[in-house]
Amino acid sequence: MTLSASSLEKIDREVAKYPPDQKQSAVMSALIVAQDEKGWLSNETMDFVAGYLGMPPVQVYEVATFYTMYNLKPTGKYKLTLCTCLPCGLQGSLAAGDYLREKLGIDFNETTPDGRFTLKEGECMGACAMAPVVLVNNKKMHDSMTNEKLDELLRSLK
Amino acid sequence: MLDYGPDAILMKGIDGRNWRLKDYETRDGYKALKKIIQEKIKPEDLINDLKKSALRGRGGAGFPTGLKWSFMPRQFPGAKYVVCNSDEGEPGTCKDRDLLRYNPHSVIEGMIIAGYAMQASAGYNYIHGEIWETYELYQEALAEAYAAGYVGKNILGSDFSYEMYTHPGYGAYICGEETALLESLEGKKGMPRFKPPFPASYGLYGKPTTINNTETFAAVPWILRNGADAFLALGKPNNGGTKIFSVTGHVNRPGNYEVKLGTPFAKLLEMAGGVFKGNKLKAVIPGGSSMPVLPADTMMKTDMDYDSIAKAGSMLGSGAVIVMDERTCMVRALERLSYFYFEESCGQCTPCREGTGWLYRIVNRIENGQGRMEDLALLDNVSDNIAGRTICALGDAAALPVKSFIKHFRDEFVHHIQHKRCLHENMEPLWGRTQKEKLREAA
Repeated sequence: MTLSASSLEKIDREVAKYPPDQKQSAVMSALIVAQDEKGWLSNETMDFVAGYLGMPPVQVYEVATFYTMYNLKPTGKYKLTLCTCLPCGLQGSLAAGDYLREKLGIDFNETTPDGRFTLKEGECMGACAMAPVVLVNNKKMHDSMTNEKLDELLRSLK
Repeated sequence: MLDYGPDAILMKGIDGRNWRLKDYETRDGYKALKKIIQEKIKPEDLINDLKKSALRGRGGAGFPTGLKWSFMPRQFPGAKYVVCNSDEGEPGTCKDRDLLRYNPHSVIEGMIIAGYAMQASAGYNYIHGEIWETYELYQEALAEAYAAGYVGKNILGSDFSYEMYTHPGYGAYICGEETALLESLEGKKGMPRFKPPFPASYGLYGKPTTINNTETFAAVPWILRNGADAFLALGKPNNGGTKIFSVTGHVNRPGNYEVKLGTPFAKLLEMAGGVFKGNKLKAVIPGGSSMPVLPADTMMKTDMDYDSIAKAGSMLGSGAVIVMDERTCMVRALERLSYFYFEESCGQCTPCREGTGWLYRIVNRIENGQGRMEDLALLDNVSDNIAGRTICALGDAAALPVKSFIKHFRDEFVHHIQHKRCLHENMEPLWGRTQKEKLREAA
């Protein structure tokens, strides 16, 4: 098990941000890079990151299980995370959650049978004024999501 | 064109596209830094200016910034750090994201000046992982600042060297707590540390460290360009300057508005387009979800500054104003808040780890028609057993909303328990159904 040369290059750039004796500081970024390449973090992937940064594997597991944006299981091709906190809820995100669950036929934390979508409930994403907010694969944020815009988003994610 | 209001100074002239270095320079950007370097202004003079300006921390606690900077042992040999807390995840708060994506160089310049004033060796900006596009944009802005010689070795030809880096959060609210953030920067779980020692003596990697909010750093260049007195004059004594408020919930134009501290709440509400569809105002959380809720009539008489909101019985916090109109079911609203703290408790302290779960489950059963009258006393009791008994303030943040919701809207909770439904029919068309209701419907 290894990561691609371009992923390793990215991790090296992250390691360079911290003092030479503090490579562990790069573990969050290294796990992000690894997840971007593999889609999720298997034990083998985390063990590789541990070895690469010279950390005990258990410390990498601790980090991966603490921060909620890491995928500890395979997800659908597109992970949709909807913020359902109070401010977003007041602006229609809970209704958007109902709409998505009905439309996809799954509940939160489930994946569609065709493996295309995983639906997650997220906590505050810092975009409250533009609710409802949907984050796709941890990277692309879509805001002010009406039912029409949700339909359009689902259609565009092949 | 974005409009942050006529009083804006940090967001003045921002249109959403003019975030680059050349744009920032046309807005007098990096002038303060150049002056400091060229005139070799003494660090203590900068710190005194900040003290005089009455700039207070914009992240939540409202601690005076100049005083905080003065705690750093500037003469301490070796590494010292400046950290920017951009892990913006307090429900209702979305201002730092706008600063980082629309005016990133104001944050960068503020962090460089902080580095100079505290004789730090490096600055890290810890940015909320959910706003990845903003994270990348900020990195691009930082690269511009390096290329222009504002950051790095021998800044503008002086003997002051200072490196700057970014670090991503990845979905942990607790990392907005400064010592949890430091743990996270060190590559660990974000669990808060005991204080003392405070970060100024034992911070990142055990070195002296000062952590400020994004908006706090962004205000520094303006203060040093225009003078501490000018900044103070914008606000009120002890409450200097402007503040970006994120107005969310039941308003016609949710968004960020930058107003002078001391502006009446009624005026801020008007800027946000008034209450949704002209409905009647019911309640407002004036400072982010961790602060006590206030009823409409109290809010309408309150000014938006640290001291006035404290006097009214809440806190200005991060400046997140969550507006709720008459249709809002306060039980459901509290259920959402309690779920958040249950989900985000780091699990280090037993009262918070266990207590937040208790709070959520009790509010949830009241919301779902399974509440008992003794639950109200139980909620009070559990809240009291969390608040003040944990390492960090997350425990208090979970307990305060519960107590204030029950205090001000007790009749709604009682009605929910007695009648298994909301006080009024069809209280909230935008609200969505709870999980349990949905399951019941399906059965």
